[in-house]
Amino acid sequence: MFPISGNNWPVVALALAIGLFLFVFLILPVVTVVFVAFQDPNTGSFTLINFVDFFNNSLFQESSLNSVYVAFMAVVVATIISLPLAYFTTRFNFRGAILIQTLGIVPLIMPPFVGAVAMLLLFGENGSVNLLLSEWLGITIPFMEGLNGVILVEAIHYFPFILINLSAALLNIDRAMEESAQNLGASGIRLFRRIVFPLAMPGYVAGASLVFLKVFDDLATPLLLNINNMLAPQAYLRITSIGISDPMGYVISVILVAFSLFSLWVSFLALKNKDYSTLQKGGGGLMRRDLKPWELVGCYFVIIFILFLVLSPHIGLALLSFGTIWSFSVFPDAFTLAHYADMFSSAGQYIWNTLLYAGLAALIDVILGIAIAYLVWRTGLVGRKWLDYVSMGAVAIPGVVLGIGYLRTFVEFNVPIVDKPLASWWVIIVIALAIRRLPYALRACVAALQQVSVTLEEAAENLGATKSRTVRRIVVPLMTGGILAGFITSFATAAVELSTTIMLVSAESDAPLAFGIYEYMQSAAGRGPGAALGIVAVLIVGIAAYISHLVINRTEKQRTSSGIRIAEQVGAT
Amino acid sequence: MADVKLEAVDVAIENLSLAYDASNVLNDVNLTIKAGELFTFLGPSGSGKSTLLRAIAGFGPQPKGKILIGGIDVSKMAPWARNVGMVFQSYALWPHMSVRKNIAFGLEERKVPAEEIKHRVNAALNLVDLSEYGDRRPSQLSGGQQQRVALARTIVVEPRVLLLDEPLSNLDASLRNQMRRDILELQRKLSLTTIFVTHDQEEANTISDRIAVLNQGIIQQVGRPIDLYDKPTNRFVASFLGTANLLEGRVKKDNGEIVFESTGNLRIPLLFDKNEIDTDRIAMFRPQDVEIASSGDKISNTDAAIFDGAVSHREFLGNRVRYSVDVKEHVIVVDDNYSAGRRIFEFGQKVVLGLDLRQVRMLAE
Repeated sequence: MFPISGNNWPVVALALAIGLFLFVFLILPVVTVVFVAFQDPNTGSFTLINFVDFFNNSLFQESSLNSVYVAFMAVVVATIISLPLAYFTTRFNFRGAILIQTLGIVPLIMPPFVGAVAMLLLFGENGSVNLLLSEWLGITIPFMEGLNGVILVEAIHYFPFILINLSAALLNIDRAMEESAQNLGASGIRLFRRIVFPLAMPGYVAGASLVFLKVFDDLATPLLLNINNMLAPQAYLRITSIGISDPMGYVISVILVAFSLFSLWVSFLALKNKDYSTLQKGGGGLMRRDLKPWELVGCYFVIIFILFLVLSPHIGLALLSFGTIWSFSVFPDAFTLAHYADMFSSAGQYIWNTLLYAGLAALIDVILGIAIAYLVWRTGLVGRKWLDYVSMGAVAIPGVVLGIGYLRTFVEFNVPIVDKPLASWWVIIVIALAIRRLPYALRACVAALQQVSVTLEEAAENLGATKSRTVRRIVVPLMTGGILAGFITSFATAAVELSTTIMLVSAESDAPLAFGIYEYMQSAAGRGPGAALGIVAVLIVGIAAYISHLVINRTEKQRTSSGIRIAEQVGAT
Repeated sequence: MADVKLEAVDVAIENLSLAYDASNVLNDVNLTIKAGELFTFLGPSGSGKSTLLRAIAGFGPQPKGKILIGGIDVSKMAPWARNVGMVFQSYALWPHMSVRKNIAFGLEERKVPAEEIKHRVNAALNLVDLSEYGDRRPSQLSGGQQQRVALARTIVVEPRVLLLDEPLSNLDASLRNQMRRDILELQRKLSLTTIFVTHDQEEANTISDRIAVLNQGIIQQVGRPIDLYDKPTNRFVASFLGTANLLEGRVKKDNGEIVFESTGNLRIPLLFDKNEIDTDRIAMFRPQDVEIASSGDKISNTDAAIFDGAVSHREFLGNRVRYSVDVKEHVIVVDDNYSAGRRIFEFGQKVVLGLDLRQVRMLAE
């Protein structure tokens, strides 16, 4: 039954090696964090006192409320953006569908914190939009004031998760579902409320809980917008300013993980036993109808408005990178290439580090991904599923938590030859990135492997190929497209990771690009070069995403729309 | 069942044409379906049979022509205003509602009082033998049960016409026969005008009062199942309903006798259909209308055309054996009744065929 049988010690050895890696670099740091949170800092005994302290501290109370509020409101705003777009693409026949698909990807190409400063200049109190508003209408709107800024930036960045899930859910409703309701007398709003909406609900909840999780865990955006009274920034600030022995950072980490698990659980519940994908042969999504001319105008108006909103971080960043002085004016005073010259002369190290770290991390990810996928799906090894579960578990661990865990766990482990703690060696950044991106690479590899039918392997073996030759000549070549896509995805998203790296960078010379952007953006003078570096980041991710799109398109022409696929890939950010 | 009382109406389709994009899916369809009749649209996939059914329900693009239900043209009405009940091929049971909620849906849309809804839903559940299953979700039911829920959901609103779109295609063979009988029984009980769509000729033959055979958006022939089998009007109908031997050739006058001469030089004297001398025709006859005997033996039928041939293929079908026999340039399919111990012809064996002349039909196309 199982393709591998008999003498399978290499398989066992491989599984053990991977298990050890996951244990040391994923389970151990997280367990350490939880352990410290429940430990008395002085005596080392079990205690709940840290949590009592946490909940009695007014700053932490405020931070908790703020984090929940921001995550919730980001979901609300993201929903408001996504609903009309999902509705247009699934209900109407119109050419803008491609535009909407693009809209679903573009925001994900730029990490939210990169655009945050640019958003300040566009939507801030003295930003372009408010200057225009006060000139024309005599009003200003506090888009970016305090938490609003975080909400807006996060919502613009993460709404594609809702858009993609909601659109997919709507597209998965067989038209017979709707037709049978019409046949029985339902139409219009009632039809939508009673049939379409409930059927699309699980997809929506899955997307929304993902957005909640991502926003709740995000460290970089609030930091860049100088909002410190939220949980993730508090954890970071406690550890970096007070030190790694301060228990509050660990308590916050435990709370972050708890919320992550909670959102994942909600999303799991939403989808469990509700495989509402009712698509049958000959079906094809909701009934579409043609638009009347005025409806078409309305659609395009909404889309263009959202397009402007979604592109505003990119536009702002570009303006910032090419502008000379941009303050109290709608546009920069003049344009220059000086920031790029600056950036390339001083930030070359950042770019090189990023390419090195992200490249290595992606390589580790696909190797682990292929190995785990093969072990889980093609061998009968006892406990093999756990490799999959543990790897996927990384999804639930916020970057800042992993960072804290690494600092605490590996600070006393001295690496022999370089003679410094593992926690401050650059290799740890690569490992952290690899662990963080492993779930996405693993899914890509599993998907690729599942497309290789077992019978193809059996045919090769039947014709005399040994197991290892079969893997080499049949399995791997057939998986190449998926593996490549997984590599590019891991690479692109690792290239702009900040939550973990910000904690692990110990020397300027070891810092990657995302960290560089953060450093630049701290000072007014650094904004120009910082924006230029941001543009480089966008280009790296954008090009990688495009290549991945091409690869996926070529290897699997069936399946869902490639726009959705690529967004899933880039969505790993 | 006393609670469901429906008044049968007729359905008339007049000059109905329908085009998707540029290609015609239905081409000038004219049909009258009598009140209370079980009528079947039969055809291969892509023949337009489902499109025609959906047009009656109001789905798909707006067709040209008229659809009269009980004398009223519904072709411009919205689907929800037509009151024709449709059972979908996929059943289309809503997964987020219980069986009871599914069945109640149409009544709720019609603003029927809650008390009456309860009563009628129970009656409908009873009718399809699912009284115990009202509170389950559709996904907890078997295929056959889902099918019956779909039927109950449609019938409970007392539609004027019942439309069934390949309702048995998702069931396995044994269940299919059972459901076929159940549907027929229900239809008789309700005496509801019913249109049934299928690609399966056996299904159509067993269930229908009358059948319309469709191909490429055109109605090929309408009639009772036996009439379609005995007197097909063209090659398509002849071979779609059952197996047919079709020989191309020409009707000629030969020594004062009217004969059909096939392209392979088989000569068949004509007893009927004699009046089309010097025209190209297709001779059609069924495998069971040919007698087969060992070469040299006598054919018992005296009204038969005799051909010599050799067996080129044999299929054992239980109650009969189907032979393919090479006769000159033709292959003639012959069914020979079988019961235990009867002689069997071997591959390559020389045989003699006797074609019953009374069963030969001339087809124009």
